Amino acid sequence: MSEKEVPLGALHRRLGARMVPFAGYQMPLQYSSIREEHRAVRERAGLFDVSHMGEVRVGGPGAPAYLQRLVTNDVGKLEVGQALYTVMCREDGGIVDDLLVYRDPDGYMCVVNAARHDDDLAWMRRQQPPSGVELEDQSDQTCLIALQGPLSLQILGPLAEGAELGAIPYYHHRPGRVLGIPVRISRTGYTGEDGFELYCDRDAAEGLFQGMLDHGRGHGLLPAGLGARDTLRLEAGFRLYGQDITLERDPISAGLGWVVKFDKGDFLGRDALLRAKAQPQLSFIGLRLRGRGIPRPHQAILAAGEPIGEVTSGSYGFSVGSGIAMGYVRPGSAPKGSEVEVMLRADPAEAGAAQVVSLPFYRRPT
Amino acid sequence: MSDPSPVRFTRTHEWVRPEGAGEAVIGISDHAQAQLGDVIFLELPAAGAHLSAGQRFGAVESVKAASDLYSPVSGEVVEVNQAAVSAPEVVNQDPQGAGWLLRVRLEGEIPTDLLDAQAYDAFAESDSH
Repeated sequence: MSEKEVPLGALHRRLGARMVPFAGYQMPLQYSSIREEHRAVRERAGLFDVSHMGEVRVGGPGAPAYLQRLVTNDVGKLEVGQALYTVMCREDGGIVDDLLVYRDPDGYMCVVNAARHDDDLAWMRRQQPPSGVELEDQSDQTCLIALQGPLSLQILGPLAEGAELGAIPYYHHRPGRVLGIPVRISRTGYTGEDGFELYCDRDAAEGLFQGMLDHGRGHGLLPAGLGARDTLRLEAGFRLYGQDITLERDPISAGLGWVVKFDKGDFLGRDALLRAKAQPQLSFIGLRLRGRGIPRPHQAILAAGEPIGEVTSGSYGFSVGSGIAMGYVRPGSAPKGSEVEVMLRADPAEAGAAQVVSLPFYRRPT
Repeated sequence: MSDPSPVRFTRTHEWVRPEGAGEAVIGISDHAQAQLGDVIFLELPAAGAHLSAGQRFGAVESVKAASDLYSPVSGEVVEVNQAAVSAPEVVNQDPQGAGWLLRVRLEGEIPTDLLDAQAYDAFAESDSH
């Protein structure tokens, strides 16, 4: 196999992980079971290795203007210590990737999807002006460990120095140390729970992951894999690149209009997205299955027996207690609260009744 | 070496264990549950239903995929494992014990073309590559 090994590969195997190829890497799918890991994150905490994610530093005096043109959200308002979720689009509005942008005192760091890393970098270099902007790919030397769940603050607090964790607001970040290891501490995540994402040097990652796991065991912390990450992010309504958003889809149709800031000035894809806003091609919806059955990507969505769209992500929502799905339908064909069917099998007699519901499916108790 | 265990396996990853008095218990193999991952729903026939060897009798749905179940034997369902239906994680935890699926009153013998444990392990190994 040609998949790359993440720096923590040996540790995952020692922890009993089942490894699977994902986005060109051998990644842990699960350690115990998806159900147990999902539950741990919702009730206590889970620890994820997401080191396959790509990190690209953007520096130089031209960086703010460059990024403002590259992405759809408003980087101009981003303060040092803040993070921003956004997409970057082609001129035709197609989504190149979704990403996080961190503002640092001396520039920005973009965190991109592993499967899109090479294409993103090529795209970012193509948009790079002849001078004034420096791009540096730090993906290989950077590891990303995510601690997610209601006990995250309690677990991480005693291990952190240099930053008052509880004082870091959601979507903010601070430099600090965890277990003595220099890290970027970011209050972000992909699970719908409170939590922290820690960026560190690859050589320190194993000590960080193992150390946090050792300290968190008493709180019920479990290592968690990509399987639980997928069911958790689906319940939280987070789009997954390659399924829910692609080059063929625009952020308006994908229900991500809130990351498109038309009033910030020109940016790549602006004209196409203005047209999409005036006349959306598709609507992005959430579906909750009424009975048993688990929807899967590419299954047709029917209203009154007629195909109106397709599932892009579907699975079982362990915290919701039913099969759930997200997908695209023709605008106006499936208003919230309406009843549709998902073609769970080839036989139309086995289509599953589902209700169109608001996203997210799950919201953490406040 | 002869295999002392009377459990036999299908090439579709079900097992059958004779229980005496013309009855047998059916389930899915440890290999099958590992491949499927977290089992979420079991679709099983009710007591009284008739099974035919090699024919579909239900489905198991996991986070990963839905997979049809094929009967290793012919007979009549006398008991459904309701504990497994209501808490299907037992199929992952103990697929050849507490995670059994159906108890069947056999019609005739257990087919002789089923695999013993050793032959099945070899088959499952080659099947997963």
